[in-house]
Amino acid sequence: MRRILAAIPLWMPMWLFGLIWALPLLYAIWSAVHPPDYSTVFDPFAPVTWRNFADAWNAAPFARYFLNTVLLVSFTVFFQCVLATLAGFAFARLRFPGRDLLFAALLLQLMISPSILLVWNYREISWLGLANTIPAMGIPYLGSALGIFLLRQNFRTIPRELDDAARLEGCSLLGRLWKVYMPLSRGTYVAFALTSAAYHWNDFLWPLVISDSVTTRPLTVGLEIFATPDQGVQWSLVTAATLLSSAPLLIAFLIFQRQFVQSFLRVGIR
Amino acid sequence: MSETGEERNVLGGWLLVLPAALFIFAFTNGPLLATLASSLAAAPIAGHGGGFVGLQNYSDLFDDPSFLTSLLNNLLYALITVPVSVVLALAMALGVNRAFPGRATLRLFFFLPTMLPMIAVGAIWLFFFTPQYGLLDRATSLIGSGDINWLGDPDTALAAMMMVAIWKQAGFFMIFYLAALQNIPPVLHEAAALEGASRAYFFRRVTLPLLGPTTLFVMVTAVINAFCVVDHVIEMTQGGPDNASSLLLYYVYNAGFRDWDINSAAAATIVLVVLLSALAALLFAVFGRRVHYR
Repeated sequence: MRRILAAIPLWMPMWLFGLIWALPLLYAIWSAVHPPDYSTVFDPFAPVTWRNFADAWNAAPFARYFLNTVLLVSFTVFFQCVLATLAGFAFARLRFPGRDLLFAALLLQLMISPSILLVWNYREISWLGLANTIPAMGIPYLGSALGIFLLRQNFRTIPRELDDAARLEGCSLLGRLWKVYMPLSRGTYVAFALTSAAYHWNDFLWPLVISDSVTTRPLTVGLEIFATPDQGVQWSLVTAATLLSSAPLLIAFLIFQRQFVQSFLRVGIR
Repeated sequence: MSETGEERNVLGGWLLVLPAALFIFAFTNGPLLATLASSLAAAPIAGHGGGFVGLQNYSDLFDDPSFLTSLLNNLLYALITVPVSVVLALAMALGVNRAFPGRATLRLFFFLPTMLPMIAVGAIWLFFFTPQYGLLDRATSLIGSGDINWLGDPDTALAAMMMVAIWKQAGFFMIFYLAALQNIPPVLHEAAALEGASRAYFFRRVTLPLLGPTTLFVMVTAVINAFCVVDHVIEMTQGGPDNASSLLLYYVYNAGFRDWDINSAAAATIVLVVLLSALAALLFAVFGRRVHYR
């Protein structure tokens, strides 16, 4: 018995576990690419169809939801990068009174994200007259403590000599940031942008609270409305819609797998 | 210019920091203080501004059975999802760290749930859990214990939420362990082999201590997730049945946007923040000291 057990390579139980792990996802894929009658019937000869995707796409304004999510993510990530660059540079290379205290205060956001303060932020955004707009879904996140922290750490590793050389050639403060610091931090920008884009593509609670119409609702909120079971929607449509709305990020991940994983590691370990 | 390579520039420094600081103070630090203040105040009724009421909102909160249930649920939820996710992540990383046929595919299987929005994960599991229809129920009926209404039964609803959370995050933590394992110098393996150390001994005395910083990071992230992610609760159970799967942030969401009870929502938020900070501090105290930085 012992010998038989020893002959089974360790990877076989690993594979079994992996298959069980993937089961919910595989099941959803099965149901999405087969006619509704085969949703839970595992017939290897079941006809494969793409109709569920087309039907789901037409059953709700998913095209608009896609657009809203793309706008939300690009708006948020772009301004996060701009603001974090300016602040990260000042924290890394300038000395001014109150700097360290301010830096510590901003880092609070690493643990307390604006989304758990949603009740107050909702009042604030409404008071600004911005409720139910696409910018409103991104505004609470535009100042990103994570972005500031990552860029500050990276800017500090850039050799002082490069900075001095640029200064001798008459480069201004912002000119040096633009010509010396930013080009040398490309890796950090990619890492932060990918991480943040994935986060905001998937964000749900805050957009749920602040968006209230087809023209602002992002994919996650649209999907939640569509996937609520008491709507009586067929499962094959729900699973198709679910895969559709996750597809861009999944495909991007499959193509740029290494960059994504490297980015998550870089942002995570900090 | 100082020797640390910093230049003194008061105006420039403040101007550069200002935009980001403004946004962070307006939507994180400020609201936190405002929430604290509002948790100590009464709601204004018919023109009479609510005044300071001390800890009244908190004592009301602790008299509210649905709040107590959410609090206990959330503690249990953290107590289970955090260690289980971390141990599973480490096991997955150890498993796919060695070469074997199909390793890249397996790694992908583990990691993919991480890239899905929690809402998509919720929809997938909603289907998976559906009584009589979902795969899980069909599997359990094969072994004769079918017809469990996972999401509709107060005894299993919270466990179902935990499964979903673990499934979503374990693969994410795996990549951090995988990276840490690959950073362990091969020299250590050779040295241990020369000394005749057993694999178990090596794992306990060399591998685990070197994984310390990763474990600390992963645990803190898991604790934050346990208190700050309720997308699946909103989508799958709405906290039910009978609050059985309600978590703190879900309670806050309900109090704030269904009951419009701003002050009790504020008090519940403060409880959440205090708990989250206390647990994070505890982790740093326990693991931070033993963490072995290289």
